[in-house]
Amino acid sequence: MTDVLSTPPRSQWRDIWDQFKSHRGALIGGVVFMSIVVVVFLGPLIWTIDPTHVEIRARNKSPSFSYPFGTDQLGRDMLARMMAGGRVSISVGLTAMALAITLGSSVGLLAGYFRKLDWPLMRLTEIFQSLPLLPLLLVMVTLFREPLAGAFGPEKGTFILIVGAIGVTSWMATARIVRGSVLALKEREFVLAARSIGTTDFKMILRHILPNVISPIMVSATLGIAAAIITESALSFLGLGFPPDFPTWGRLLYDAVDYMQQYPSRVIWPGVAISLTVLSVNYLGDGLRDALDPRIRGR
Amino acid sequence: MKTKSLLLGAVTAMSLAPAAFAERGADGHVNVIYWQAPSILNPYLSGGTKDLDASAVVIEPLGRYDQDGNLVPYLATEIPTLENGGVSADLTSITWKLKPGLLWSDGSPLTSADVVFTAEYCMHPEGGCAQLAKFEGVDKVEAIDDLSVKVTFKEAKPNPYGPFMGAQAPIIQKAQFAECLGAKAPECTSANFGPIGTGAFRVTEFRPNDVISFEANPNYRDAAKPAFATMTLKGGGDATAAARSVLETGEFDLAWNLQLAPDVLANMAKGGKGEARSGFGSLVERIMVNMTNPDPALPEGERSTAKHPHPFLSDVAVRQALSLAIDRPLLVEIGYGQAGRPTCDLVPAPAIYVSGRTECMTQDLAGANKLLDDAGWARGADGVRAKDGVRLKMLYQTSTNAVRQDFQALIKQWWEEIGFEVELRNVSASVFFGGDPGSPDTFQKFYADVQMYANNFDGTDPEAYMAAQTCDKAPRPETQWQGENISRVCIPEYDAKVAELGKTGDVAKRAELVKELNNMVTNDSHMIIPLVDRGRVTGVSNTLGGFVLNTWDSELWNIADWTRIK
Repeated sequence: MTDVLSTPPRSQWRDIWDQFKSHRGALIGGVVFMSIVVVVFLGPLIWTIDPTHVEIRARNKSPSFSYPFGTDQLGRDMLARMMAGGRVSISVGLTAMALAITLGSSVGLLAGYFRKLDWPLMRLTEIFQSLPLLPLLLVMVTLFREPLAGAFGPEKGTFILIVGAIGVTSWMATARIVRGSVLALKEREFVLAARSIGTTDFKMILRHILPNVISPIMVSATLGIAAAIITESALSFLGLGFPPDFPTWGRLLYDAVDYMQQYPSRVIWPGVAISLTVLSVNYLGDGLRDALDPRIRGR
Repeated sequence: MKTKSLLLGAVTAMSLAPAAFAERGADGHVNVIYWQAPSILNPYLSGGTKDLDASAVVIEPLGRYDQDGNLVPYLATEIPTLENGGVSADLTSITWKLKPGLLWSDGSPLTSADVVFTAEYCMHPEGGCAQLAKFEGVDKVEAIDDLSVKVTFKEAKPNPYGPFMGAQAPIIQKAQFAECLGAKAPECTSANFGPIGTGAFRVTEFRPNDVISFEANPNYRDAAKPAFATMTLKGGGDATAAARSVLETGEFDLAWNLQLAPDVLANMAKGGKGEARSGFGSLVERIMVNMTNPDPALPEGERSTAKHPHPFLSDVAVRQALSLAIDRPLLVEIGYGQAGRPTCDLVPAPAIYVSGRTECMTQDLAGANKLLDDAGWARGADGVRAKDGVRLKMLYQTSTNAVRQDFQALIKQWWEEIGFEVELRNVSASVFFGGDPGSPDTFQKFYADVQMYANNFDGTDPEAYMAAQTCDKAPRPETQWQGENISRVCIPEYDAKVAELGKTGDVAKRAELVKELNNMVTNDSHMIIPLVDRGRVTGVSNTLGGFVLNTWDSELWNIADWTRIK
């Protein structure tokens, strides 16, 4: 009796953290991602140079004390631009991912749990999956850019548009994965048991199904962040997306391509930033999946 | 012995043959890259230089301008002048004589009926002909006989070389376009995409906004030309890739319009496959100010039309402040280097037509601020000026191009310093200059407050160019959004002066008028804000012979003379 009480009760979250800690890649990924987030969001409080300020006498400067990352062809400070760009790219990634995950998991849960909804929802998913992504995005940008820019201002309007566009075009994979897991879970004994004591559908989904599908959702969420950052970069790269003077990592990369040979660092910085973020987020997702899956945990 | 000398003779003859008689198609294939892809091969339905140039390979005018701005006959036997009697003494008519025996690429003969039809096609009241300015003041065009065409003007026309002269007014085949008059013009896809012509090449395949394949025209008038059997005109990509493909990798023979920062171009030329050539013509990078209201809240069809004047850009003080805030020499230094010169004029050449005003050359932010203060535009708490509830908030658009985006960033900063709020936008060049009446992003629609691009006039006479800014040439729904008066300038006095220019024969007097017209839209009213007189930069492969950079006509004007240097 005393034996049992001497070990303090372990919370579930503690278990998860212990498992997560043991995944070295995830730990490093998490630290890298968090530091990138901290630098791009809090950095501008210390490094107060305006990223769009043109300082024409300081063109094409190589890295120095006053310009740690150098300056671009118009004398704009690259460090400030990198931070401003990261803020936009990461915000777009996180928000678009949140939207896609919400949409995808809801569709997946509903389709998997309710037999009647399965057919229409899955056909809808297939329709969305068969739409070509980039042309669809281009059409959305053309149609909605002006009304949104008018309603929310050019930058916020574009942000909403891009997040919305990426969100509604990237939820399908999540929906399919979640539906598959739900279909399997639905037939398990504990669900039957819960049903037999009169659990309502809503409670059932929330308490028994959702916690068990959290690991595939987590994985697609992390993959989703990476995909959203890359899609935003692609849109900026095509000269769509945000206004041209509004730095994002994709736009910085696009602007630097002409100067790739003379000033390779200008391509390398945003390129490394995008790759590092995407890679660290993927590792993070990997670790989270292991940690959240009770069957793997402790092994 | 006898056979030996015979053989020897034959060998000698064969080795001499290529030098002695050039042969059609002997030099194989030529690759040209236009980073703005042509979308149509009918210059009457498009204002884009890329379309004019691509169509110049196939269809030809009666005469062209050479690299020095001289008139050269193409389909005509000679350029009609007062001296040779081609132009009537009272300057009201001009008679062109076609070269005898000319054939279309389908084998049918070219006659004066085709020339008459071309005028009818462009001057059709229902059609939005993009080159109507070339036919300014034309009363009638009639065939005298099979090979002579007489153009009669409403009034004495001192420069009668508008119709059928230069890349903008080539002859199209009557048989092919007969059903395509007026409002039906844009519907004739096969004709617009594959016109039958008299030029050195004919179209084998046209993929809009992508690639055009040509082969030598079997009925071309000079049996020895063109030296190339086939030609590919690849469109799309960007200026950087185009420059690289000619200067550095040598995949292409000619790259048009390399608007790149000077250091970038110099670096590529180290590749040693080609060189960048530049020549100054009449190309001016400018900011067009929208005199009409582009507010998205207005109903479609009324946006950017004369119905709604612009809320603040109709104030001349505001426009002048915009112009004063710009440091033109710095723009040149950053964007063009040797290939540009700062200018305050819309007409930068030829010398006799240049007004040469220089007050815009020095940036004057204090002066610009004072102008706005005096005009009652007071700064608000956020630093943006406003008057009677109207804020100086502008959308500034241009095509996607690294140099233009740098200009945008710079100019935005200057304008914000004098109290404007500026939003930037860039549109893909093939859409911006595409002229598609269905797209909201074309420069003709002008759904922005100011926009920046470059334009020029072909030939050495700016009359048609000046006539393009008259009130009736503003793009609007009724003209299918065609027209060259992009700023929607509408000054009755200007229109009157254009009409007067059309009647004036004396060269000195004409030059005076052109200068006045130029200043009316630029230095005095600032409806058009010229920035840079741009040289045309073309990338030419070291193995391409015969190319002559011509800033007065189409880039591909002498394509029949191109050869391969072996």
